[in-house]
Amino acid sequence: MRLRRGPAAAAAVADPSRGIELQGVGHTYGERTVLTGLDLRLTEQRIGVVGTNGSGKSTFARLLNGLVVPAVGSVLVDGLDTATAAREVRRRVGFVFQDPDAQIVHPTVAEDVGYGLENQGVPAAERAERVAEVLDRYGLAGHADHPAHLLSGGQKQLLAIAGVLVMRPARIVFDEPTTLLDLVNTRRIARLVEGLEQAVVVVTHDLALLDGFDRVLVVDGGRVVADDRPAPAVAAYRALVADR
Amino acid sequence: MTLALYVPGPSPVHRTPAGVKLLALLVLGVVVFVVPTLPVAAGVLVGVVLVGLVVARLPGRLLVRQVRVVAVWAVAILVFHALATDLLTGLTTAVRLVALVLAAAVVTATTRVTALVAVVERLCAPLRLVGVRPARIGLAVAMALRFVPLVAERADRIREAQAARGGRVRGPRALVLLVVPLLVSVLQLAHTVGEALDARGADTA
Repeated sequence: MRLRRGPAAAAAVADPSRGIELQGVGHTYGERTVLTGLDLRLTEQRIGVVGTNGSGKSTFARLLNGLVVPAVGSVLVDGLDTATAAREVRRRVGFVFQDPDAQIVHPTVAEDVGYGLENQGVPAAERAERVAEVLDRYGLAGHADHPAHLLSGGQKQLLAIAGVLVMRPARIVFDEPTTLLDLVNTRRIARLVEGLEQAVVVVTHDLALLDGFDRVLVVDGGRVVADDRPAPAVAAYRALVADR
Repeated sequence: MTLALYVPGPSPVHRTPAGVKLLALLVLGVVVFVVPTLPVAAGVLVGVVLVGLVVARLPGRLLVRQVRVVAVWAVAILVFHALATDLLTGLTTAVRLVALVLAAAVVTATTRVTALVAVVERLCAPLRLVGVRPARIGLAVAMALRFVPLVAERADRIREAQAARGGRVRGPRALVLLVVPLLVSVLQLAHTVGEALDARGADTA
């Protein structure tokens, strides 16, 4: 089923070198301010985001592909405003949720991976080829016709990631991708993230996942309180939570 | 779980277009109700089992699982009719129920969900005239098939959590205690699923 066709004239004005820009961004849910005063430019290949529960980091992640439109300021992806070019922004920025069960919308594995491509209007033959290629690459080829609800937690997260990768976004945002996984699957996802050619932003509580990243943001009370290389940023985070 | 999902295979039943299989299912349903006799119901049952096991080469356990799910209802119908009307009527009705459930299982087990959804979308195409989008109905059907097992799984988790803390797992009070947290969980899930649909390019506006 095809819900809508892609693009847009917006693609013509996009400038990938600009990365993701947050300009004077703030967000509230009702009376509660969850993010405030964010001015950032994200151009690195691997960016981590850490923070305590309720710090605003999940909302931060959702700002980056337009799932949440900021109440104040603007978020630009390759120069495209998430408030006015959400469709084109989502083609460029994939999103992997913490709970893969919420992201898998079709009953069987191959059908679910193909879902995003249908929405992009990719022809059936090319769709089948790309789905098979992604399933093969991530070790799910033998599960193509299996019911998604019978997969293990790790396989479901792989399926959720495959469903994003098949759409070939330039960037991917991961919202706590390893929180529900065991150590083996956490390592598997870490290796997968490490091997991606796409630029990634990973929101996580798993500090080991940030090894080798280019930049780490520490979010606390709706603000970015540290923005540095992984080692000093993680040290700042540990110091921040030490007395709580 | 009663949902018999797709079992891949090269059989002629698998290759038959989804629309034809759904039409055959409809015709079977009409026949067993228009001709409510035991030989017809039993004939349909035998035919469906043969098509499922011999032609489509479906695993026998898949059909047994479906029968097990409706067995309680079939027995209840049989007993009710034996007491209220006569045993033959009860037997006919019970066999009819099992035959149709198995026929539906054979159709879903030999047809990809996307093919079923495409038929639903084609059937709903005239609704465009009154502003309904068939693609949305198709997506709703696919998502229902996907999320019924998931919601059942979450209900099991809640029951387990309640049982682990000494709660009752049967009776009206247990049902109330199950429904409220399940509803909260499903609403939270629905919110995230909505976000996921947006993130994957669906037009949910």
